[in-house]
Amino acid sequence: MALQSLDIKRRSATTTPSPGARATLEVVKLIDVSKCIGCKACQVACMEWNDLRDTIGENRGVYDNPADLSDQSWTVMRFAEVEPAPGRLEWLIRKDGCMHCADPGCLKSCPAPGAIVQYSNGIVDFHQEACVGCGYCVIGCPFNIPRLSPKDGKAYKCTLCSDRVAVGLEPACAKVCPTGAILFGSKEDMLHHAAGRVVDLKERGYGQAGVYNPPGVDGTHVMYVLHHADRPELYQGLPKDPGISPLVALWKEIAKTLMNIGLGAAVVGGIVHYLTQGPNEVAEEEEETS
Amino acid sequence: MSKHALIQRHSASERLNHWLVAFAFILAGLSGLGFFHPGFYWLTNLFGGGTWARILHPFFGAGLALFFFIWVGREWKDNRITPEDWQWAKHMGDIMQNKMDNLPPIGKYNLGQKLLTRTMFTAIVLLLASGILIWQPWFAPEFSIELRRIGVVVHAFSAFVVLVCFIVHVYAAYWTRGAIRSMTRGTVTAAWARHHCAGWYKKIAG
Repeated sequence: MALQSLDIKRRSATTTPSPGARATLEVVKLIDVSKCIGCKACQVACMEWNDLRDTIGENRGVYDNPADLSDQSWTVMRFAEVEPAPGRLEWLIRKDGCMHCADPGCLKSCPAPGAIVQYSNGIVDFHQEACVGCGYCVIGCPFNIPRLSPKDGKAYKCTLCSDRVAVGLEPACAKVCPTGAILFGSKEDMLHHAAGRVVDLKERGYGQAGVYNPPGVDGTHVMYVLHHADRPELYQGLPKDPGISPLVALWKEIAKTLMNIGLGAAVVGGIVHYLTQGPNEVAEEEEETS
Repeated sequence: MSKHALIQRHSASERLNHWLVAFAFILAGLSGLGFFHPGFYWLTNLFGGGTWARILHPFFGAGLALFFFIWVGREWKDNRITPEDWQWAKHMGDIMQNKMDNLPPIGKYNLGQKLLTRTMFTAIVLLLASGILIWQPWFAPEFSIELRRIGVVVHAFSAFVVLVCFIVHVYAAYWTRGAIRSMTRGTVTAAWARHHCAGWYKKIAG
């Protein structure tokens, strides 16, 4: 939920233009995985600012805690022990959460008008009062992020602190990060900073370092700096080339338009047939001779 | 038979079954169309808003499937396709122009009705199966997201097919005078039976 209402770029299940009198600066949250120490301050800040409390889970023998995203946990650190090259153990820690896609699969799948909006600054936000709990956003998301609440049936995810951003503050996770691994600013500045980090990482032996800003979803408004940008799967299954599933595109973009035309054609066909041919009646004479 | 002789076409329990199917179909259709396309979203207000439509829709759908499967089971013996049906189909052009002379003596249902039953049966089986895949919150979480993606595509496409079938069925019933009475009061005139289903008339009238 957010304060903005005049800078809406896109609105779910809406066929007319959304209020867009105000255009805001495109923003990005840059998560530098190479600087993350896995302290989970971002998770705590997220809980604090959004006033969320997940149920206490069980230790599963790994550092991931809680084990997965939920309606109460909008961001989770995912820890991966990997061997990118033989004999070279690396501990990769990725802060998982909504990527705020420029082409959001959740928004395209959502059937409830205004339950998902995309602001001109790039933030994709859920408006839970309009959410009907169908779970189509889960189906549409290429990153498996939205979670339905078992309590109220509504979908929840990271808002990129749209309420803070609307009043000129940075997201809570960025504010609290002790190593500066989470930065927030204009898209231009963040891309510039990220490029510098990539150069630095390459100098330090990470030849495949790069920025994760996948073109399959027209880029994201949460980006990662990765030491192994050529193998994002190393970071607990970050998809290499994410995009809206062709099935979702088929369902929402092609099929439904054609089907609406088909339904209309069936109705018109019936009317035209009746007007030109009239009813199929049993003639009077037939009744008489029965 | 006298000229006003009436022939029973559908028993009271058949009629009840048909209208339970129809009622469930209309409820499932109206509650589901809002999720088919935003242009129909206003229909969810009929059920108390989007959330209520989402909650109720699968139950209407399950009811539709149940009543429809019972219907198909009891009508199946009259739905087998016979050689006369294919002869009848050759006159399709004439039939559409209300030229009903020289038609082969077909049984209780014509080929159009028989094909409609088969299409609707297939579509409703697919709707039920794909509907379970995406039924929140009870079943959907048990299935992979990829399977649910297939589910929504199959569900939307089968819904389209079943809606076209519904439009064709309702129009054909309206176009064919006397058909609606056969499903409300259960009877048709002897002339109607001879005119539309000569084979069936012969069997009934002897």
